Amino acid sequence: MAQMINVALPKGRLGEKVLAIFEACGYDCPSIHETNRKLIFENEQAGVRYFWVKPSDVSIYVERGAADIGVAGKDILLEYAPDVYELYDLDIGKCRMAVAACKGFHDNTERTLRVATKFPNIASAFYAKKGRDIDIIKLNGSIEIAPILKMSDVIVDIVETGTTLKENNLEPIETIVPISARLISNKVSYKFKNREISQLAKAITDYCEAKK
Amino acid sequence: MSVVRFTNEEMAVMSLSSLYARYGFRQFKMSKFEEYDLYAENKDFLLGSSVITFTDTNGKLMALKPDVTLSIVKSVSDTHLNTEKVYYSENVYRVDKGTHQYKELMQVGLECIGDIDLYSLSEVVMLAKKSLCEISERNILDISHMGFLNGLLDETKLSDKQKSAVIGYIREKNTIAIEQICADNFVSESVRKALVLLTGMYGPFSMKIDELKKVSCNTATDNAVKELEVIYEFLKACGCENGVNIDFSIVSDSGYYNGVVFQGFIDGVPTSVLTGGSYDNLVHKFGKDAGAVGFAVYIDLLERLMGGDKAYDVDVLLVYDCDTQLSVLAKALDKITSDGKSVRAVTNDNGNIKYRQRAEIVNGEVKLYGSDD
Repeated sequence: MAQMINVALPKGRLGEKVLAIFEACGYDCPSIHETNRKLIFENEQAGVRYFWVKPSDVSIYVERGAADIGVAGKDILLEYAPDVYELYDLDIGKCRMAVAACKGFHDNTERTLRVATKFPNIASAFYAKKGRDIDIIKLNGSIEIAPILKMSDVIVDIVETGTTLKENNLEPIETIVPISARLISNKVSYKFKNREISQLAKAITDYCEAKK
Repeated sequence: MSVVRFTNEEMAVMSLSSLYARYGFRQFKMSKFEEYDLYAENKDFLLGSSVITFTDTNGKLMALKPDVTLSIVKSVSDTHLNTEKVYYSENVYRVDKGTHQYKELMQVGLECIGDIDLYSLSEVVMLAKKSLCEISERNILDISHMGFLNGLLDETKLSDKQKSAVIGYIREKNTIAIEQICADNFVSESVRKALVLLTGMYGPFSMKIDELKKVSCNTATDNAVKELEVIYEFLKACGCENGVNIDFSIVSDSGYYNGVVFQGFIDGVPTSVLTGGSYDNLVHKFGKDAGAVGFAVYIDLLERLMGGDKAYDVDVLLVYDCDTQLSVLAKALDKITSDGKSVRAVTNDNGNIKYRQRAEIVNGEVKLYGSDD
């Protein structure tokens, strides 16, 4: 008997794109498009159960086995280092983790660098490699304000087009790592639902490779 | 109906201990504390987990055990016995990755240290599989071999740091990153193919071992395959070959494991419940020319398994009042408990206790209300 696969989708634009890929691969779920307040949607025939969660929480649901698979940005995987399998690079939701600062910024190496970010682990690993002493300011959003108000010298954040930076007179100065969405799987689900998850991963891989 | 309801953890500890004792392992009882130096000297083995330390009455820095294996290896390597087979059930203290707080964890496991022949090695793997079967029928034992992986990596010119990155990607089953690192470092086509194969490999032992053989490229990898085959033959002879898979994503980047490594999984528990392998390198570090193999079962992970929520606190709630004679009450309690039911006597039922049946004492006799199923 085929087992249901629980899929954690990231709320928002990326999640919609991911859902479209899953649907194109035969894992459709009509009820998910109805307007209501339901949180969990399933299609028994296709063998999938979807639920929307906050993008940064996808890896938690997967790591703890509430979701068998999910789609999470590489930024989240790098920041939280969840113990999950990273099965495929979907090559969507592409952006980069970058250091940005006010235009004309000059790094004064005599002083501790103040870094505002949502990603303290990525930022500290990046500067530790350079041996630079930093002071991390953990923020939860609107990171761009920090250097404008002189609370921080630089920011470490996701840069997609750079428009927000430009409009606030900021500019990216260094790329830390390119980011894209990854198909992740719980390590134990991968074993007990191996046939179902392998099939799904293969369908998605084939679909995405064909589109490249 | 039995009054005594053991929790999953208690039952697991009992059945595992008796399993190990049946195969001639003797129990090893340890002190809760260990000198901190032991862990400072073997940091790599613990993979960076923090240790709770305190100063004892004569000023020595002590630690609450984060691990049992080190203490056993230390004590055994001092006594110079032939082959020591021990099992243990102990609490260890570690930092939880998610909450960054210390946690007390229950471990049951066994270690076999000394002259490890193929029988001893196979026996430990067999006991690992049997341990899983004691816990649940829905179990999987994943097995792989550090000797194979290291043999393969020796064919490359990767630095130690890059090798440990490769192991990290294998643990994630991240084939794309493996392709990338091989391309960046001019890894030969055959080794690249083998590494990609290892990363994606998952399936029953009998089906995957031939794929491994095909990419075996030197004596180290050949020997590893041979060892795996012997172990599997032994498992088959013991009737526990079902649900044994080859999976390289369970390899550890701790330098202490050198041979076969394995992990056990139970359907319904989101992480591995059993880890083990042969760790000759650790024993060598303690100055003994011997081998070692062992595993540990993480008992606390079984808490959420099976049974679900308990529906009742007691079988019978016996309500009495101040007029009830104590001798009558005692007789009533005796009658209910001798029927194999649990009972709680209260003066008034305030709804806090969930019960199957309610009992009252009428004219000196116990009267039960409600069904007992």
